[in-house]
Amino acid sequence: MNSKGFRKRMIKDRLATVAAVACVIAALVPLVSILVDVLIKGLPQFSFEFLTGTIPPPGSDEVGGIGPAIVGTLAAIGIGSLIGIPIGIVSGIFVSEYGDNLFGRTVRFVMDVLAGFPSIIIGIFAYLVLVVSLGGPNAFAGGLALSIIMLPVVARTTEEALKLVPTSLREASLSLGVSRSATIRTVVLSNGKPGIITGIMLSIARITGESAPLLLTVGWTAFYPTTLSQPMASMPVLIYQFAISPFDNWHDLAWGASAFLILLVLGLNITVRIIAHGGRHLFKRRR
Amino acid sequence: MNNDEGGPNDPVHNGWNPPSAKLDGLRETLNHLILTSDGRFQLFCGALAFSAVAIFAWVVGYLIEGAFPVLDSMGYKFFTGSTWSFDQGIFGALPFIGGTLYTSAVAMMIAVPISVGIAIFISEIAPKWIGTPLGFLVEMLAAVPSVVFGIWGIFTLRGFMRDQVEPFLQGSLGFLPFFEGRTFGIDKLSAAVILAIMIIPTISAISRDALKAVPTSQKEAALALGATRYEMVGTIALSYARSGIFGAAVLGLGRAVGETMAVTMVIGNVNSFSWSLLDPGQTLSSLIAANWWEAPSGTVQQSALIGVGLVLFVLMLAINVVGRILLSRVTKVGRVRVE
Repeated sequence: MNSKGFRKRMIKDRLATVAAVACVIAALVPLVSILVDVLIKGLPQFSFEFLTGTIPPPGSDEVGGIGPAIVGTLAAIGIGSLIGIPIGIVSGIFVSEYGDNLFGRTVRFVMDVLAGFPSIIIGIFAYLVLVVSLGGPNAFAGGLALSIIMLPVVARTTEEALKLVPTSLREASLSLGVSRSATIRTVVLSNGKPGIITGIMLSIARITGESAPLLLTVGWTAFYPTTLSQPMASMPVLIYQFAISPFDNWHDLAWGASAFLILLVLGLNITVRIIAHGGRHLFKRRR
Repeated sequence: MNNDEGGPNDPVHNGWNPPSAKLDGLRETLNHLILTSDGRFQLFCGALAFSAVAIFAWVVGYLIEGAFPVLDSMGYKFFTGSTWSFDQGIFGALPFIGGTLYTSAVAMMIAVPISVGIAIFISEIAPKWIGTPLGFLVEMLAAVPSVVFGIWGIFTLRGFMRDQVEPFLQGSLGFLPFFEGRTFGIDKLSAAVILAIMIIPTISAISRDALKAVPTSQKEAALALGATRYEMVGTIALSYARSGIFGAAVLGLGRAVGETMAVTMVIGNVNSFSWSLLDPGQTLSSLIAANWWEAPSGTVQQSALIGVGLVLFVLMLAINVVGRILLSRVTKVGRVRVE
């Protein structure tokens, strides 16, 4: 054997391994940098005043807080969930249990396409539907946009959770004379429940960070909202507005809100994994 | 759905049945759906599932209707014109189509090699106890909200690009038209870098699935013949997974094209196109986000922004459909996770 050629090949092999490791590092550096940045600049902002106070004027010494933005975000997420989760679950049931036909495949394909929609287009849609008709930015429009974004996530995870329910369970129920719909409502759904809850949490994590649709629909105000049909502050929009502003006190609030948001979203994501894999395979990828 | 004219290919109503039998079949189906509780449940689920289709059609309808005034006044020049002026009412979306495609293409050039490297490392090189947590960490990158990427881009990445990367690029490659101008850090290059970071999780995860689908026997055969791991990956694994990786890249491109907030915050929002990556620019989505509230509803200005949304929609749809077809044809990972 030509040992010189062999050594050359081994060196190439090692270099390729080094290159692959470099790729991993290239992806981890931004992640670590973002987390460190957000936590170092954001966590010191946390205080009771920060979480409950109203938004201070630009450049003032007043500490202030992001209370209205937290309320606005929760309102939009709440409305979005009220619409998106039930429709998503029932759509998932349909696709999984009755979807083995042209209509079912169409729904599944449209869900996939909807999941790939740029969120800003959904924002435009919600604006045209609800902001125009209600005469101004409001929480309902934001909720509508968020519900459309979470719909395919919930439907997909429900479908996959139900497909994992063993056929033998369905057959056992049907053979006892239980009707198909009752089988689905009791046996199939109760077995798929953990997967469905996972999907709901994932979809909430997903819409919590959505900013473009909220920017187009719920508008902006510095005060606590009194009704749902008026403009509202929301955390993603606050981060956007304050980060591009030239005022230091607003920058601080933006970092604080970023820390709040990222802890919320990453926390939801990690919780989902722990639930989904019973803690044993925390790092296992979900499908 | 209640189409009772079963054609010649309809297996149920094939050939010999008299018309009344068709009607009987239909009546039976309808009776089942309406009169039994089983059927009503199915009907209820189907009706809600139909809402996705309805929303899709509704969104498309509203986009076209909303874009109609600007298409009416600008004609095809809306797609080919390169002047965009709110005040004069001239709307040509070409600079933004260019800006979107350009930043996305540069992002792909950065993200695809890195993602494939990560996928190879996790699936072929690293032991499982390193690979799985690493995969998890890379996927956490996908969970970071877009605005947080944006604020990080403004305050951290910008300085790094302005002080380190861009002077270096200008020093070594400054003769190219891509690296002309001032090093400012708020520009197309920063936008492309942020986009690349944002789509790495998507591309690497799907590439990993494609690499995992390569039959172990093939890899073992290559190793048994004396190939090094590098040669095995290069000759067997990558060629086997090529179509899947290509599909992953296309779906990553779809994400990059639709990404809004982070890009809006670092691209500089200048409504013209230039080939220099160090110049600020504008993408389709960042134009909408940055200008939405300056265009009152019902005006031709707003119609122009909706028209830009329509262009973005068509672009995204084409990319996504192509990507999904590629993926579903060659691997089993065609149904990509949604988040």
